[in-house]
Amino acid sequence: MALSQAEVLSGLAEIVNEETGIDTSSVQMDKSFVDDLDIDSISMLTIVVNAEGKFGVTIPEEEVANLKTVGDAVNFIVNA
Amino acid sequence: MTQPTLKQYETNRFSRIYALGAARGDLVVTNDDIAGPIDSSDEWIQRRTGIVSRRRASANVSLLDMAVEASNTAIKRAGIDPKEIGAVIFSTITHPHQTPSAAALLADRVGANPAPAYDVSAACAGYCYGIAQADALVRSGVAKYVLVVGGEKLSDFIDPTDRTISFLLADGAGAAIVGPSDYPGISPTVWGSDGSHWDAVGMTASLLELRDGTASWPTLRQDGATVFKWAVWEMVKVARAALEAAGVQPEDLAAIVTHQANIRIIDELAKQLEVPESVVVARDIVYTGNTSAASVPLAMDALLESGAVKSGGLALEIGFGAGLAFAAQVVVLP
Repeated sequence: MALSQAEVLSGLAEIVNEETGIDTSSVQMDKSFVDDLDIDSISMLTIVVNAEGKFGVTIPEEEVANLKTVGDAVNFIVNA
Repeated sequence: MTQPTLKQYETNRFSRIYALGAARGDLVVTNDDIAGPIDSSDEWIQRRTGIVSRRRASANVSLLDMAVEASNTAIKRAGIDPKEIGAVIFSTITHPHQTPSAAALLADRVGANPAPAYDVSAACAGYCYGIAQADALVRSGVAKYVLVVGGEKLSDFIDPTDRTISFLLADGAGAAIVGPSDYPGISPTVWGSDGSHWDAVGMTASLLELRDGTASWPTLRQDGATVFKWAVWEMVKVARAALEAAGVQPEDLAAIVTHQANIRIIDELAKQLEVPESVVVARDIVYTGNTSAASVPLAMDALLESGAVKSGGLALEIGFGAGLAFAAQVVVLP
């Protein structure tokens, strides 16, 4: 069964929190990983690796650059 | 007339690492020293790689010089006669001659002539490939002692303006003497390759392109995202498989010694493996940098020399890199 947007957002927020210490409540759909959350490229890859494991999806390397906002990542995972 | 029965090698049941030796580049190169050409900073490099400074060799110090120094230390610590060395395996990607091998020269320089000697090209997995082969050669009875060296002078193959890998790289050599043992000292090795990602990390050009004038001096570069994901995601599986093959749990380990690629990879691997805090995680990269094939033995030697781990404990060692190639085994610390 596909996960809902809210479920993925919640799970992704936990992963971001674990990697960066950013409060889960700050991880919102409209937030930019780089500009708002100050997440660097290696943290982003770590988040991607953990998201792949948690949600059972594959996020190709070339796709990572397109995931500008939390919403981009959530929607990619929901539709994967 | 009856045909004689062939003689075959008398086998040894077990093998172990007798001793290690280490040699690092003689120069301390700070982040500030190299940040300019990549438009970076000490803070940026430390945050992304964990490296505070790296060791590189002077122009007049060769790859072989470092390999000889490390090997002589290992031979002395092992207390063996170099004439008893039955094979020399030199893992390197920076020997500047296509042929002859660096290993033959190394064998001669350390007094092991006429031991069989050959180079291994498995990049950052090379030392662990060498330990796998040494274990097999000793247990099969082919060689009494094997000298395994992982050594690189990567500074000969870097581009100061490259932002993908050059700023991580360093020079050094680590050596191990493997020999017969009364107890199991080297677990089965979990190793392999994935040539479908041959382009993920390697040289910018071939020697033929250099000859034909279509490329300049080949240097190292990588697709950082591909390598990072592979290093974390796939190497966790390899590490778990190596632990299972060895019959040990993460909490049984004294140390985890991964290839010193990037501290973020090292930390994430340790986290994914869920190792307890009692297990020491080697972070030699901070003041040594990434020395490819040399990084595992250098990091292990540093842990032993600092007293962070004791002889007799178990260490998971795992190398991974260009090829892509990987190898992991659990060893009893010498």
